[in-house]
Amino acid sequence: MAILVTPQTRVLIQGITGEFGGRHARASLDYGTAVVAGVTPGKGGQFFEHGGVKVPVFDTVEEAARETGATAAAVFVPPAFAADAILEGVAARLELVVAITEGIPVNDMMQVKEVLRGQSVTRLIGPNCPGIVTPGTGEKSHGGCRIGIAPGHIHKKGRIGVVSRSGTLTYEAVWQLTSRGHGQSTCIGIGGDPIHGLSHTDVLRLFNDDPETDAIIMIGEIGGSGEVDAGRWAKEHCRKPIAAFIAGATAPPGRRMGHAGAIVGGADDTAAAKKAALRACGIAVADSPSDMAETLLAAMK
Amino acid sequence: MNIHEYQAKQLFEKFKVPTPRGLPAATAEEAAAAAGELGGAGLVVKAQIHAGGRGKGTFKNGFKGGVHLVQSAAEAGEVAGKMLGQTLVTKQTGEAGKLVSKVLVAESVDIKHEYYLAILLDRGSSRPVVVASREGGMDIEEVAERSPEKIIRETVHPLLGLQAYQSRVIGKRIGLPSSQLNAFHKLLSALYALYLKCDCSMVEINPLVETPDGRILALDAKFGFDDNALYRQKDIAAMRDLAEEDPRDVEASKYGLNYIGLDGSIACLVNGAGLAMATMDIIKLHGGEPANFLDVGGGASKEQVVAAFKLILSDPKVKAILVNIFGGIMDCNVIAEGIVAAAREVGLSLPLVVRLQGNNFEAGQRTLAASGLRIESADDLTVAAKAVVAAAA
Repeated sequence: MAILVTPQTRVLIQGITGEFGGRHARASLDYGTAVVAGVTPGKGGQFFEHGGVKVPVFDTVEEAARETGATAAAVFVPPAFAADAILEGVAARLELVVAITEGIPVNDMMQVKEVLRGQSVTRLIGPNCPGIVTPGTGEKSHGGCRIGIAPGHIHKKGRIGVVSRSGTLTYEAVWQLTSRGHGQSTCIGIGGDPIHGLSHTDVLRLFNDDPETDAIIMIGEIGGSGEVDAGRWAKEHCRKPIAAFIAGATAPPGRRMGHAGAIVGGADDTAAAKKAALRACGIAVADSPSDMAETLLAAMK
Repeated sequence: MNIHEYQAKQLFEKFKVPTPRGLPAATAEEAAAAAGELGGAGLVVKAQIHAGGRGKGTFKNGFKGGVHLVQSAAEAGEVAGKMLGQTLVTKQTGEAGKLVSKVLVAESVDIKHEYYLAILLDRGSSRPVVVASREGGMDIEEVAERSPEKIIRETVHPLLGLQAYQSRVIGKRIGLPSSQLNAFHKLLSALYALYLKCDCSMVEINPLVETPDGRILALDAKFGFDDNALYRQKDIAAMRDLAEEDPRDVEASKYGLNYIGLDGSIACLVNGAGLAMATMDIIKLHGGEPANFLDVGGGASKEQVVAAFKLILSDPKVKAILVNIFGGIMDCNVIAEGIVAAAREVGLSLPLVVRLQGNNFEAGQRTLAASGLRIESADDLTVAAKAVVAAAA
């Protein structure tokens, strides 16, 4: 079953005619994902062609969803227009919106967050995230559902869930699992911005309820309290082993480390404090980013 | 991004947040003229730098104090003359100090009580939160540690905005007299409008003062702005003072690099912020000290790697370099060719350890090996970290 998306999920891409959106639309099609529609205002009626597939482009998400049955969207729209694109997906009652865009103003996301709170149809992943992959059963996990920018080929169909705030660090964890012969049910990057859609806790809850997920790698970083909140939830409710890594043990306080949300604000959001809190919740914590998979495999024994 | 105190005062005036009158000056003559315009007596001259502790600071020319009370226009000019063009050292500037190119001449006000007032993002609720305290004029972190019950927090619904009752509740809880609650609501509403319209990440008034003649004024302020929103805040972006920023940070931002200098000897160059932090962590874990945080973004073009190497080499403490690239979509061989070309272009002589993983990494490693450069190549992060720590020892 995996979580949120399956190989059958029908995907539309907002910003498919742009350079960035187009490149990753092609990569998703190559991976075997059902990319069924594109949305670019003003370009309705055109087609996005790749490898013999003609993907229709629509002016609005509502139209695209109605005409193609798409239920999930990837947002590759520039930062100034991204909040509008996310809200359009919510208004069209999509099940899932995955916002890849980096650099959306905080005030825009604050309004988006309030709209999300007032409904229960659409879930948001991101923004500023690598997206979501549910691996397929083909060679190099071909045939899966890839929404976003993650490299599909490093995945492998399996039973471990991965959730993270970062992109390449997620790939690192996935690769460690795959190269040790352990596949993944679904891998999700929730994004590096201070205001985002799904939280670590939301994703742990989904993995916990998923009969095809046996164990979870949770990757976090300095700043905020999302990882610790998730750890506390897991202590009470999660029946599956979890291994965690928190990046930023060497980060100086008060400096923004690349991600807008990665900044130490007080004593509670340092890497050391988060690791200690997670350990107190019974979660296996890796001190080295090289040991994420090994730590989980040891916890599963 | 930070701004100067005189710029903060301009924003307060624009949004009608009550604040003592003040004018910036870049020369002694301008300072004297500004003082004349403000009435001549009962004024304060303040050196404008992006660092705290100015009052207790010392100029490199021996002049003591970056904040002085003056009683005449002539005295204002004289004091400004001793500050302008000089370097002020405070506990926050480090030994190098900061060059003072502007002073603020402002009304000095009598103080009955000092409060604290700020608006910032509450990450837990994803809403703005007003933070206020009866204990102003000192470090708010100290207050939080000593008497957390004296810090009031009130979140604001982003779609409704600040409500009048919230101002009254906050005002009462910090002990403002009933007669001041209306004035406080006006001030807080104006501050909230400024926070939203200017895309602030934080605005902090410390102290907010009550004067003996019954006024409430913002005396000193600190602003933070959302970098993501600067594209639509042209006036704010124009307030950026590059002279106040680390020149390496300025250079990095030109090439889309995210660079933060640190104190260690092992430089790192990584794609992705999370992996960049993790790379610093693994260097430390194996006994080394990272010299920097450097994220080159999702790709890693040759131009970016050249710029990154130049930045790294501008730090004399660096003894070895670790490049850690997870080639997801990008071909590792293309990245390897970029690294070799960049190393040649900058004439790199320091030990270089390159860890490539992901798409086509075997070909990338062959390219590095065939380059004839002193490059140690690894596909495992632990192996790479140990190698670079050994090379820097």
